[in-house]
Amino acid sequence: MTTQEKLLSVNDLRTWYELRKWGFFHAGYVKALDGVSFALDAGQAITIVGESGSGKTTLAKTILGLVPLTGGEMELAGHRMEAKKGSARVWLRSNVGFVQQDPYGALAPFMNVRRILSEPLAVNGVPKEAQEARIRAVMEEVRLTPVDDFINKYPHMLSGGQQQRLVIARAIILEPKLIVADEPVSMLDASVRVEILQLLRRVQKSHGLGVIYITHDLSTVRYFSEFVFVMYAAKLVEKAEVAELIHSPLHPYTQALLTAISDPDPENAKVIKDVPAGEPPSLANPPPGCRFHPRCKFFIDGLCNVEEPPAFEPSPGHFVECWLFREGGRAEEPAASASR
Amino acid sequence: MAKPEKVLRVEDLKLHFRTGKGPVQAVDGVSFEMQRGPATVVVGESGCGKSTLSRAILRLLPRNVHTFSGRIWLNGTDVMTLGEEAFRRQVRWVKMSLVSQAAMNSLNPVIKVGDQVAEPLRVHGLSASKKDAHNQAEEVFRLVGVSKDFLDRYPFELSGGMRQRAVLAMALVTRPDIVFLDEPTSALDVLTQTNIMNVLKGIKHDLGVTFILITHDIATSSELADRAAVMYAGQLVELSDATDFFRTPLHPYSRKLMASVPTLREDKKLEFIPGQPPSLLNPPTGCRFAVRCPSRFEKCDAEPPFVDVGGDRWVKCWLHV
Repeated sequence: MTTQEKLLSVNDLRTWYELRKWGFFHAGYVKALDGVSFALDAGQAITIVGESGSGKTTLAKTILGLVPLTGGEMELAGHRMEAKKGSARVWLRSNVGFVQQDPYGALAPFMNVRRILSEPLAVNGVPKEAQEARIRAVMEEVRLTPVDDFINKYPHMLSGGQQQRLVIARAIILEPKLIVADEPVSMLDASVRVEILQLLRRVQKSHGLGVIYITHDLSTVRYFSEFVFVMYAAKLVEKAEVAELIHSPLHPYTQALLTAISDPDPENAKVIKDVPAGEPPSLANPPPGCRFHPRCKFFIDGLCNVEEPPAFEPSPGHFVECWLFREGGRAEEPAASASR
Repeated sequence: MAKPEKVLRVEDLKLHFRTGKGPVQAVDGVSFEMQRGPATVVVGESGCGKSTLSRAILRLLPRNVHTFSGRIWLNGTDVMTLGEEAFRRQVRWVKMSLVSQAAMNSLNPVIKVGDQVAEPLRVHGLSASKKDAHNQAEEVFRLVGVSKDFLDRYPFELSGGMRQRAVLAMALVTRPDIVFLDEPTSALDVLTQTNIMNVLKGIKHDLGVTFILITHDIATSSELADRAAVMYAGQLVELSDATDFFRTPLHPYSRKLMASVPTLREDKKLEFIPGQPPSLLNPPTGCRFAVRCPSRFEKCDAEPPFVDVGGDRWVKCWLHV
């Protein structure tokens, strides 16, 4: 890793949603994010993969400041985000761009392209005269061209791919430092997906942005980011560089995930794949110890079901939260690596 | 070996919808044949008519039908000549059934799963008694890998993967010849998806049901495919043995589509298809892919035939005539 400027560091982040209340009592918490730590340098893209309900969207929302932190620390470009502090959040909003999953749902149907793009500028006090030029520049950048054809259109007049370009344009119009893209291509057709991912990658490179790309589709990862974090039941169970993770996955869950993903190969039809049965645990009442242990074939009785595994580092830069790596690997110092 | 039996034959099937702007040619002149056993996957972009194709064959038509024509033979009998009631009694869900898109959310929330799965048997008079229907439902539950305790539960008590299996059980309970699977796993997690695919492979092998899998996810489709069909703008543009198709697609659209599929293990340069599919309100005359095609030439202004290029492969392209 190069000694670049730290953009985002997150330490032991927790976001819990409270369940139903009865007077003074409540039914407990859904621990959607339970002790997540990572760091991101400027100009880096990371991917977070996980199943639905693993907490990846909550992670996006927490970083965006859309849900309050329950605990932990988050620092973006030197600004600390406290659990309950509004002023930091105002700053955060204009410095983090968000690319939503469903472009049509994310765009107001009664606003045309010009209004959609001028809104963030107006809110942040960009003078009217400067707005038009900025809008046109951004539209050129995401290739919504010719600009004059698109600028007066409404979202329903655009195709899915064009809508997603517009969402990306809106996310970068304030020149943020970080973009959070929550499943940006899952609603699009296969032939358009690649185009949008390449666009996002190009924008990221040309502005030196940090990007957090959240997806359930591991197969797009290698075309996009430098690092992959695997999320399972509210925890990041494995963190590694893309090639490292794909070629030598360590966590049993990551291994299963990689087995499950098919490449278009006719041989697939002839084999039954070995994947663990069962479903991810409930986050209101997760199993004790390692959260994957009820589905894991390497389960060690008396260890995996008792104590939560810390992050081990069996090879440099490759972290895994699994007891199988307790020898040889050393435990990560969470505070030291993340915040300083 | 005896000549394999043809379970389904479709000739020049057309389904156009009436809209305010004129007829939409959702399925326009599709012809193919299918043998018993091998599963066919139908792939294509959204809006290419792949779901409409399954609905046309099952005759699940909306009210705004403009044209519905062509011929369909099922086990050698022409089912297009049957009346609506006869088709319902003899064909739909008896010989052909459907697992529709997002089917797991279409279970009735106030009826026990077991009763819902047994319902097709009662409706079609395929069970001697309620008890018998229940036993048959239990049998298919075992096939799709759901414990029989779940028969007495309500849909909300089941997880997504389990509900999807229950819907699959409902499609299999009448022991049909053909089961259409319309995006059966697209709403599920990767591991659950693979588990369901494993179940489907097992059923294909054990029961000899002919599956037609409709999907836009080419990578997953290879899990079940014995044959592959590609649809573009309401037409079938390629039909081929799966092994040949995944290695060397013939139609320029299929090639582009395959080149756009991201792969995990091998490093390839991804391509995308510039432009958009044509409007089906007023599709171009001639080849419908011509405007986006890299190898376009003069002949493409005329509509290409669906030609047999040998080795169980058909392609609708002038390059292969």
